[in-house]
Amino acid sequence: MTDIKIKITDRDGVSHEVEAPTDMNMNLMELVRAYELAPEGTIGICGGMAMCASCQCYVQSDHELPEMSDDEEAMLSEAFNVRENSRLGCQLHISEEMDGLAVELAPEEG
Amino acid sequence: MIKTDILIIGAGPTGLFAVFEAGLLKLKCHLIDALPQPGGQCSELYPKKPIYDIPGFPEVLAGDLVDNLMEQIKPFQPGFTLGERAETIEKLEDGTFIVTTSKGTKHHAPIVAIAGGLGSFEPRKPPLEDIAKYEDKGVAYMIKDPEVYRNKKVVIAGGGDSALDWSIFLADVASEVTLVHRRNEFRGALDSVEKVQHLKDIGKINLVTPGEVVGLQGEDTLKSVIIRKTTNAAEDMMLETDFFIPLFGLSPKLGPIGDWGLEIEKNAIKVDNALDYQTNIPGIYAIGDVNTYPGKLKLILCGFHEATLMCQSAYQRIFPDKKYVMKYTTVGGVTGFDGSKKESPKAVVKAIN
Repeated sequence: MTDIKIKITDRDGVSHEVEAPTDMNMNLMELVRAYELAPEGTIGICGGMAMCASCQCYVQSDHELPEMSDDEEAMLSEAFNVRENSRLGCQLHISEEMDGLAVELAPEEG
Repeated sequence: MIKTDILIIGAGPTGLFAVFEAGLLKLKCHLIDALPQPGGQCSELYPKKPIYDIPGFPEVLAGDLVDNLMEQIKPFQPGFTLGERAETIEKLEDGTFIVTTSKGTKHHAPIVAIAGGLGSFEPRKPPLEDIAKYEDKGVAYMIKDPEVYRNKKVVIAGGGDSALDWSIFLADVASEVTLVHRRNEFRGALDSVEKVQHLKDIGKINLVTPGEVVGLQGEDTLKSVIIRKTTNAAEDMMLETDFFIPLFGLSPKLGPIGDWGLEIEKNAIKVDNALDYQTNIPGIYAIGDVNTYPGKLKLILCGFHEATLMCQSAYQRIFPDKKYVMKYTTVGGVTGFDGSKKESPKAVVKAIN
């Protein structure tokens, strides 16, 4: 088993470097919840089906990430505060290639 | 005034199953839900998605699960107040409650069970400056009366079914319909996508893709919207319109329940999980995804369990002097309020001579 490090900047601008397991079938949204970096009920609302944008984040490092699925692309096309580097955390499965990844959580929708 | 034994707020799977368990105890239920149909998230968000962890169902579509629950509770004739959000609660001197909805419908019950999931579904509002100012003055998040738009100019934003369907519908009503979406692809029924394509081709829908409404202009009422087609703000275009209707789907908000004096932790209602899922206000219970306690899991199957124990406790509150002995449905059958009776067939006893 290997843990990787991921830097997550929360919605208050505080950055956290957390250890993420690659062998627990976890995604980035779940990682944020596991470390309680965003209040429960404000992230992962749909449970990880790419059907809400509550886990939207901005990718700050230049990691090569898996391509977006149609679902993710469709959801981001209707999300708010979207930027070029927006992704849905729930669609980013934690893998060894993500070691050193830096992301910032997008603001909560009003 | 609607009167019932257990008033259930939220008609998702947990709330629906509570009707069954209450029915076995001869308690009547009435459900309130902000959505126009029962089923909660299962119907609204993912009716066509499979669920694999409902005991006894290796695989069931969320929409089918709701249909099954509706069938299961039918004998207990639950009442429904749909399309209305529970707004206020009042505790009367005798310990019973009156819950009033957004449309003023009043419900009276000795027990209130909040099965509100993640809250009531409300339209997602784009974060545009001044959008609140123009609400009901040109900006609407849902279409209640299409006649309002007759011979008016309408701009619709969104890429899902409701944006497509309303664009199609209003193409024959409004004087001008513009559909703005951030990309060329729409996620909606294929049939709707093709219809919009056709209406665009014959000039009845003005399609702006990729595009995004980034600003609103007007005085007392909305006069125009600013549409951004490229990343270059200098190329923004202004479009005169009477109405702007952003249709970006719904998202759940805890809403007014958060102001009922209930103990809230992590956007959920704290309950006594050692006993009966009662909240800090005696007589008000919280079951399913809306509650929290140490070790809480937001699973439908956990909601079913919580609903069952809640009903037992509700029964004791309503009938403090009665002693209830739990009976298996296999033994006691299911006797509906509608006169129906289901029971296991009697064994055939026949002598061999």
